[in-house]
Amino acid sequence: MSENICLADLKRGQKAVIAKLAAYDDMRRRLQDIGIIEGTTVECLGKSPLGDPTAFLIRGAVIALRSEDSGRVLVQSNGEEKANRHFGKEMVAAAVSLEE
Amino acid sequence: MGLSRESMGIKSVDCGLEIKKRKEDDKVIALAGNPNVGKSTVFNQLTGMNQHTGNWPGKTVANAQGWCSDGQQGYVMVDIPGCYSLMAHSTEEEVARDFICFENPDAVVVVCDATCLERNLNLVLQIMEATTKVVVCVNLMDEAKKKKISLHLDMLEQRLGVPVAGTAARSNQGLDQIYTGLKRCLEQTEEEGEKPALIQYPQYIEDAIARLLPAIEQVAKGKEEARWLCARLLDANDNLMEAVRKYRKPVAETEEVTSCLAEIWEEWKAAGITQEQVSDDMAAVFINKAEDLCKGIVEYENQTYNRKDRKLDWIFTSKATGFPIMFLVLLGIFWITITGANYPSELISNVLFKLEAWLVGLADASGVPVIITELLIHGVYRVLAWVVSVMLPPMAIFFPLFTLLEDFGYLPRVAFNLDRCFKKCSACGKQALTM
Repeated sequence: MSENICLADLKRGQKAVIAKLAAYDDMRRRLQDIGIIEGTTVECLGKSPLGDPTAFLIRGAVIALRSEDSGRVLVQSNGEEKANRHFGKEMVAAAVSLEE
Repeated sequence: MGLSRESMGIKSVDCGLEIKKRKEDDKVIALAGNPNVGKSTVFNQLTGMNQHTGNWPGKTVANAQGWCSDGQQGYVMVDIPGCYSLMAHSTEEEVARDFICFENPDAVVVVCDATCLERNLNLVLQIMEATTKVVVCVNLMDEAKKKKISLHLDMLEQRLGVPVAGTAARSNQGLDQIYTGLKRCLEQTEEEGEKPALIQYPQYIEDAIARLLPAIEQVAKGKEEARWLCARLLDANDNLMEAVRKYRKPVAETEEVTSCLAEIWEEWKAAGITQEQVSDDMAAVFINKAEDLCKGIVEYENQTYNRKDRKLDWIFTSKATGFPIMFLVLLGIFWITITGANYPSELISNVLFKLEAWLVGLADASGVPVIITELLIHGVYRVLAWVVSVMLPPMAIFFPLFTLLEDFGYLPRVAFNLDRCFKKCSACGKQALTM
């Protein structure tokens, strides 16, 4: 029931577990420093009105990632069942962009 | 950020920040922490200074310093740019790392956000690896209380083994705890300060550190620093190597160290361990430790503590309502500013122009030459009066309103909404606030 997708593919309310980072060097470290390491559960909280960036709940902090960065994070979603359960339940979005 | 180092004023820090002590025995304290945790507020409250603070990250770009005292001991507080990590790479983070690790402050106060402690502990742990003289200041306790998050700070203190202070800097609460923490921290002797390292790397890295340690210990300044340097050298971060070369020349250039490092890398390569895996494992250790530390310390009394927050977020940033609300809010602010400013503007200009007429009358009566009256009163005074009456009221209205929005936390949402537009001009959403 599990498939490999990337963080950018998550819909709001969906939860997934980080499987692999496909970012390198500085960006890789940066993502790791905010808690994106293998095994971390993240929840997508919603997209910005223009579709990018997207807000994620990562280890208790709300963090916005641009799709070029979140697209480099491969996750394992637990299939449709879980997604449906969370979908539409509630939604969050707030954060400042990670980019500096 | 697209700013060069020069324009950000960092160059001056690179060339060596000059610490201004008032007395010889004043202690130098570095004030570190993640961005946007109220570090500058703590700094201002402690030093009585008025550095600008704001609700967006990156306010403190270069190091600022101020002097404060708990009555007996004087401290020079150095406000360090906010950073998430010491292993990283933006200019702010380099400045922070170089100061904490290589400039030998007497102690480091790490400011944390009580509402997301786990994330902040990553930096705390990294700093604690480099130095034992650490005081953890958990700020925004008021905010956490509002969100019904309870924190067992005594437990955190026990687990970390360094003084922990819970503060709400905005309302000036708990800051005395920082002083007591600092005192305890500075008074501890060498042996008391010796604790088992909190961070334990995977065995293969620990083995490598053990091999490298003897060579490093000869040249490093202390035991912690030696271990920290070993770990960082194995991490092989170019950027850090540069700093090591600059501040600890002997370490980087000893024959022993370089050959030992080369040997270890050779063996790792043979065992199929890539450099990437090493640095991944190192990053993961800190994150996992932070998670472990938080277990049992942070309690959400109310699982839906942020339900209200999220409802608001949904309204402010959804596709349907995000933009209309944003335009209305901004329009509203400008409308209030412009129309609201008309009345006081009129009032001020009336008063000032009456004063002008009176001044002219006075000048005439006392026989001041016409040319001077024209120049000073009809020239200088009138321009000044116009500028004051036109500019002052809008500013007096606009900035308080803006501060209100900031307190309400709306500005990050605006940045989130607009990021895409700004990305097109290679900027980022945060810059929307400036406009």
